[in-house]
Amino acid sequence: MSDPMQEIMASFFVECEELHEALVDALQSMADGDSDVETINVAFRAVHSIKGGAGAFGLDALVDFSHQFETVMDACRSGDLTPDDKLNSLFLRCADMLFDLIRCSRDGEEADTATSQGLIDELATYVSHDDAENGAAEEEIDFQPMTLSLDDLAPPADGDALPDLPPLDLPPLDLEPAAADDTLYVEFRPDRELYESGNEPLFLLKTLADLGPCDIHLEHRPPTGYDDLKKLGGGLHWTVKISTESPPSAVHEIFEFAEGLCLLNVSTSAPETAASDRPIAPAPVVEPETAAPPAVAEPPTLTNAPDTPKEQPAPAAATPPAKKTETGAAKTTATKATPTVRVDLERIERLVNLVGELVINQAMLSQSITQENIAPNSPVSTGLDEFMQLTRNIQESVMMIRAQPVKSLFQRMSRIVREASAAVNKTVKLTTEGDTTEIDKTAIERLADPLTHMIRNAVDHGLESTETRLQNGKPKQGEIRLSAAHRSGRVVIEVSDDGAGINREKVRSIAVSKGLIPEDANLSDTEIDQLLFLPGFSTATEVSALSGRGVGMDVVKTQITSLGGRVTIESNPGVGTTFAISLPLTLAVLDGMVITVASETLVIPLNAIVETLSLSSEDLRQVGPGQKVLSVRDQFVPVLDLGVELGYRAQAPLKDGTIALLISPEEGQLVALLVDTIVDQRQVVIKGLQESYGRVPGVAAATILGDGQIALILDPNDLVQNAAGDELSKLQRKAS
Amino acid sequence: MTSQIEREIGSQGETGSGHTEYLSFRIGDSEYSVEIMSVREIRGWTRTTSLPHAPHFVRGVINLRGTVLPVVDLALRLGLDASEPEDRNVIIVVDVGSRVMGLRVDAVSDILSFSPDQLQPPPEMTSKSRFVRALTILDDRMVRLLDLEAVLPSNEEIAA
Repeated sequence: MSDPMQEIMASFFVECEELHEALVDALQSMADGDSDVETINVAFRAVHSIKGGAGAFGLDALVDFSHQFETVMDACRSGDLTPDDKLNSLFLRCADMLFDLIRCSRDGEEADTATSQGLIDELATYVSHDDAENGAAEEEIDFQPMTLSLDDLAPPADGDALPDLPPLDLPPLDLEPAAADDTLYVEFRPDRELYESGNEPLFLLKTLADLGPCDIHLEHRPPTGYDDLKKLGGGLHWTVKISTESPPSAVHEIFEFAEGLCLLNVSTSAPETAASDRPIAPAPVVEPETAAPPAVAEPPTLTNAPDTPKEQPAPAAATPPAKKTETGAAKTTATKATPTVRVDLERIERLVNLVGELVINQAMLSQSITQENIAPNSPVSTGLDEFMQLTRNIQESVMMIRAQPVKSLFQRMSRIVREASAAVNKTVKLTTEGDTTEIDKTAIERLADPLTHMIRNAVDHGLESTETRLQNGKPKQGEIRLSAAHRSGRVVIEVSDDGAGINREKVRSIAVSKGLIPEDANLSDTEIDQLLFLPGFSTATEVSALSGRGVGMDVVKTQITSLGGRVTIESNPGVGTTFAISLPLTLAVLDGMVITVASETLVIPLNAIVETLSLSSEDLRQVGPGQKVLSVRDQFVPVLDLGVELGYRAQAPLKDGTIALLISPEEGQLVALLVDTIVDQRQVVIKGLQESYGRVPGVAAATILGDGQIALILDPNDLVQNAAGDELSKLQRKAS
Repeated sequence: MTSQIEREIGSQGETGSGHTEYLSFRIGDSEYSVEIMSVREIRGWTRTTSLPHAPHFVRGVINLRGTVLPVVDLALRLGLDASEPEDRNVIIVVDVGSRVMGLRVDAVSDILSFSPDQLQPPPEMTSKSRFVRALTILDDRMVRLLDLEAVLPSNEEIAA
């Protein structure tokens, strides 16, 4: 296959992802009780467009599946079927399958044909087989309309305004009527929607002509009332007599994309209202927006139309509804509301890296300017200030490019919930909150695995079995809540369930039996909860297919930590459990405070620091051996000497002027870190340490300072946890 | 063992006569060498930023054109007498598998070329010999061939 084709195909798959997103959205709101016709229309159109594209690329499995899917949806659309819970869940499962098929087609993998056939069969039970139109179309799914659209570079139903039409060059038509038994009579009257969705009657008629010699008549049947006008938009009415051996279904196939957007009658006998042979009178076009009668609305360009009657649909489709087409498209796919550009992620990465270098460079420049002792209000200094401002703006904008709403991630999770709940036979409802919250794209990708684990865990372990729920007076349906929010410079993603909560007794005894903690360990509730993150821990008494292999939560924790995030657990017996993931907003740059301790320069994330204090030797009180507290506004705060914690120096008596940074690793908890001096407060570029070296306890990453030296960026929470020195943190350090 | 070395050496950095080139350097009075194909560059000594809780032989990290490069002090790693780094020291940047690390040595001395049959496996000795992959004699000097995989800190050592 040639390269351009590959490119077209690649963009088709990207489009498929968007369409699939819209599909799942619509199906989800249907499942939530939205019975709006427009909702199912959105879903239908998404499947329809996927099918259309798939047909063009000869992806038969995808076509077959989406066809059946669409047929059932169409039945719902026309009101023949009313979606109930069962059908909605089938739709969602089909959407999942569709996604798999798209992925398989894209990667050239073998799709799970058994499952897709099963779903096709299940779908088939919903559509009665005496439905002639659908039944016929089912048998032969060969996409003539697409062949056409590739030729003419105007894919149907893609919502774009039509390009300038080529002059009409219908193949010479045999106007001789053929034998009556081989003749099909086609009546075709486009609705306004047909034009709006960018379909072109000309192409349809041209394809029709491929079936056999055609006798085409165009008639103008002006709308009679306002409602009619609104629906019809034009009043163009074609009657086509084809001499062909093809069955009527062949005609339906051609009009596949126009179905529902026009009146279409195919019969083997001449309709009563057969078209007259005279050429069409001028001005069949009525602008849909203008409710004026056709005679008044007659566009001047059309007055000389009689000699080219068949070209009339062109202006009708292209010009007047053009504006409408845009709004129509915006309504169907909200993602297209603002113009967007697709950019290779690699290019953005490059830009991010360059901006990172720019930030370092700017720091170097400002350092050398300081060394030159240039007056603060000299042009150089003010120029530098502006430069810093600009750098910051550029950096923020670049980060914004990378930020994406978590919606796609959450949607994937709804699938996990469906699959997981089906596997363990529980009814589970997933509610999502804040799915427009934006986080770094890399974070979104790398969150998928840990979140999947957590959701599965919540379904499998978190929620009780249906019987237990009923016994405890809870609703039968378990609820899992997935939420995302920005909270003080970080993104917090929470997975909560309304299950039984963590059985701490059990967790503890398992940890003891697995030799993870000594039998006499005295652990607080929080510490017991943290045991879940130890490698090789599994609480499920029975190992289910879903989870319970004891790999999971520790992997989750490692993955989150590698993103610079933290996981916390909150659990109330009988009420439920909440896992909260807190992530930094960006993965490339952070605002930090540059400090020195024992002549090493370090950076502490600014958002971790609550307050800075300058101490005198009396401020510290000894509590135990090597244990000091600081009294801050009548509150005693534990003190950590950073130099000692990092092993840079031995315990030393406090010097006057030592600086304490108050940090708050957890809500309501304060810890004071002792440092020697505060050097600066600036943006630093995060350089990974993990890849080149490995994990260093208490250190999140490294950065390069203005003098070219490397400084470590501390992770104050990890530091405090390590320093806590209790059984658990030692265990964890050993584990990591 | 010999045959294994031959195979390994035969696959990389050969010169025309089946010889492989090695970069030799000095630590104290001893001479060591590494395959030249794994050497990326040689840099002058710069101050390192020390890493907390790192093994003693990890000097710290330096800025190598915008990336963070861990530096191993070979003398400490090999259990030789420690010396404070000075400006005349160099850092050999080596590529081992997917990792890039710096090795602090006293000085780089030469580029040597050996054929596989000049190399001998080290005699079974103490555990420290696990860093030395082969030995050879050149002008009455013994040159040790380092096993870089073993020299770099393992994940266990980093986590410990």
